[in-house]
Amino acid sequence: MKKLIPMLALLLALCMILPACGGGSGGEKILTVQVGPDPETLDPALNSAVDGGNMLLHTFECLLTVDKDGAIAPGCAETWEKSDDGLTWTFHLRDGLKWSDGSAFKASDFVYSWQRVANPETAAPYADTVLWPVENFDAVFAGEADPSTLGVSAPDDRTFVVKLSAACPYFESLAAFATLSPVNPATVEANGDAWAVSPATYISNGPFMITEWVPGSHIVTKANPNYWNKKAIKLDGIKWLLIEDSNASYSAFQTGEALFIKDVPTEEIPSLMNNSEFHIDPIIGTYYLNLNCTKAPFDNEKVRKALSLAIDRDYVANTIMQGTYVAAYNFMGPGWADPAGGDFYANANGGKPYISSDYDANLAEAKKLMQAAGYSGSADNLDLTITYSTNDSGYHKVVAEYLQEAWKQIGIDLKVEIVEWASFTPMRRAGDYMAARNGWVGDYSDPSNMIELLYSSNGNNDGKYNNKDFDAAIDISRSTMDVKQRSEALHKAEDILMETAGCIPVAYYTDFYLQSSKITGMWHSAYGYWYFMYADIK
Amino acid sequence: MTKYICKRLFMAVLTVFVVATLTFFLMNAVPGGPYEAEKSISPQAKAALEAKFGLDKPLFEQYLTYLKNILHGDFGPSLKQRGRNVIDIILTKFPVSAKVGIISVMVSLLVGVPVGCIAAVNRGKISDSAIIVIATVGIAVPSFVVCSLSMYFFGVKLRWLPTVGLTTWKHYVMPVFSLSFYPTTYIVRLMRSSMLDVLGQDYMRTAKAKGVSRAVSLFKHALRNAVLPVVTYLGPMMAYTLTGSFIIEKVFTIPGLGGEFVSSITNRDYMMIMGTTIFLATLMVAINFLVDIVYKIIDPRINLK
Repeated sequence: MKKLIPMLALLLALCMILPACGGGSGGEKILTVQVGPDPETLDPALNSAVDGGNMLLHTFECLLTVDKDGAIAPGCAETWEKSDDGLTWTFHLRDGLKWSDGSAFKASDFVYSWQRVANPETAAPYADTVLWPVENFDAVFAGEADPSTLGVSAPDDRTFVVKLSAACPYFESLAAFATLSPVNPATVEANGDAWAVSPATYISNGPFMITEWVPGSHIVTKANPNYWNKKAIKLDGIKWLLIEDSNASYSAFQTGEALFIKDVPTEEIPSLMNNSEFHIDPIIGTYYLNLNCTKAPFDNEKVRKALSLAIDRDYVANTIMQGTYVAAYNFMGPGWADPAGGDFYANANGGKPYISSDYDANLAEAKKLMQAAGYSGSADNLDLTITYSTNDSGYHKVVAEYLQEAWKQIGIDLKVEIVEWASFTPMRRAGDYMAARNGWVGDYSDPSNMIELLYSSNGNNDGKYNNKDFDAAIDISRSTMDVKQRSEALHKAEDILMETAGCIPVAYYTDFYLQSSKITGMWHSAYGYWYFMYADIK
Repeated sequence: MTKYICKRLFMAVLTVFVVATLTFFLMNAVPGGPYEAEKSISPQAKAALEAKFGLDKPLFEQYLTYLKNILHGDFGPSLKQRGRNVIDIILTKFPVSAKVGIISVMVSLLVGVPVGCIAAVNRGKISDSAIIVIATVGIAVPSFVVCSLSMYFFGVKLRWLPTVGLTTWKHYVMPVFSLSFYPTTYIVRLMRSSMLDVLGQDYMRTAKAKGVSRAVSLFKHALRNAVLPVVTYLGPMMAYTLTGSFIIEKVFTIPGLGGEFVSSITNRDYMMIMGTTIFLATLMVAINFLVDIVYKIIDPRINLK
């Protein structure tokens, strides 16, 4: 025992030496929210995650922004115009813009930031998504030209000019994309990649600025006193709880430690359906299945169509997924902006869904198609074996189990293979599977963002779908500046895709979350972001 | 003794080296990589990232470079948490895990040792049976159940304790309770059986015959000998609790190292995997080494060769 006492004393001493985790605030109006776990990065150029993007919306402001109704609105740029050929865009910045440290904000900061994204040494994962139309981007990104040759310039401190090599009808959406947020050249140059990990060096220009970041615990952002529209900000700050476990975030919401949580445990959903604080909002994105078109039997269009028709989408979305998804009868769901105006979904296929919602008729048709393809098409004779690969999270596994049952009806013996997440995506990308789950959430509302996934050379074309007519339609949509022609080409592409069952749409994504009735003035966008900057607490 | 220490030190370094080498080649053999995501990044961006972190070099060359760097104390940057160095992440997060861990070790000892003694002294009585039942339950119930139940009752239902983070002393109650539950009950059982063993020894009877009071015989003679198995258990237990529990850290949103260790693997953050593995291996080896030395000090009969 004598030996044990000094040991305990030593432990106690060690305990005293180790630093405590500080925090807390008094008297200020701080909104505590949870939108995801620790972000991998909060450097706008390096971020590729939705939760990181959501925080960046609050700490940075791009040239343009997206307003409450999803429309493009002024950001740092008060006004902007494009040349007649659509190749030169001129943005006029607001007067008196400042960085969060009080230093002057210049148009040349945008030049620096955009060049940084294009620079291959930055290795920005979204570089080509957002900068592809900009003049000389390809050469710069390939390392063949100096970043200073990128088609961006600042004739004076308040004017930023972008020259495009190809007309881009949705360039305004790109100018509002978080990757193209301005970064402060002085702090980036002085601190390298590490500028974005410490509040002291994290200089931003948005409505909020980071004042505390305890990785794995929380991030505190306070209202930026140098933000041009600071009068509209009612909160003193936002505390972002970096909770990874949905049960933990749910507990935090129940105890009032968080007033908003994004991650709600799926098993709690039935009990929350009548709760006025539980919200289900649509986002632009589709849960779909990939069939490997390069492998038999999926090189046969009839088999692909049969598999698509044999799914009862209403049952999947409303029963299996508990109404947290919406049944998808098209590939492109509601919310995508038709280039010719209106909702792309509403205008597709003459306003009629591509797949009928009459499941019994669909199933009968599916059986016929299987027979026409040379299979039994009957549950009594399972003469086709397919392996379906998925990772195990959310509803993926129960959907796989449903597919086993559903496809049995048309004579398919489905083997389910559960693959660990980190191995799953490269496996799917390499085409090393027969059938697999997939999904996409839009980065911006132009339909090209999702429909191009099926373009033969697209890096995300995991189904290896290769249809010349589809590619030709996409080519037209890329090259034309005529909105009507562009719209027609994109609709034609979806017609072809759905007719040939290039992939199998199952359900449209939604965001389901808990938001306390005490919060006012916040909104949710169709891209899966929450806007807390103008929120207030009752 | 010196020869023994030198031998053990050499073995310790060798163990860490073997662990590091095996981990390096195994993690590279597993499919996937740090830059895989639902949305593929362009081949140019991926190539640029791999070139930046030297992942485009042959595997053996990467291994040699890594070894050279760690000899200089450079554990490299995290491949996923851009801008953060592995060693900085470990040095920020380990103290958090260690603090919760040390408090848990103390609670386990301060509760486990006396309760075990009480059970042994009252052998066969109701108090003994009650303690045994609780201790058996404690060993059988996994920590995530203890976490979830305590969170539900004390956090959500009774609202006595906060559920997120580690800001005030109240925040420590549930994580420490959850983390120390298993070791405490284990120590209770260990202490009880070892105490019973000691109480049956001849020297205890002699002490009683010589008229030594019960308290003195228990505290001075019995406890001192009975505590030895607990010290043996203290080594692995310290290593287990200090490095943080993935589950407890996840449930209570504690920014500790346990979560980092697991997420680095799912993220294929090669540098983080190596850094945390080497750190944990070194810690394990060091604690075991210390425990062996402590044995010698507590019980001079033990011969270290």
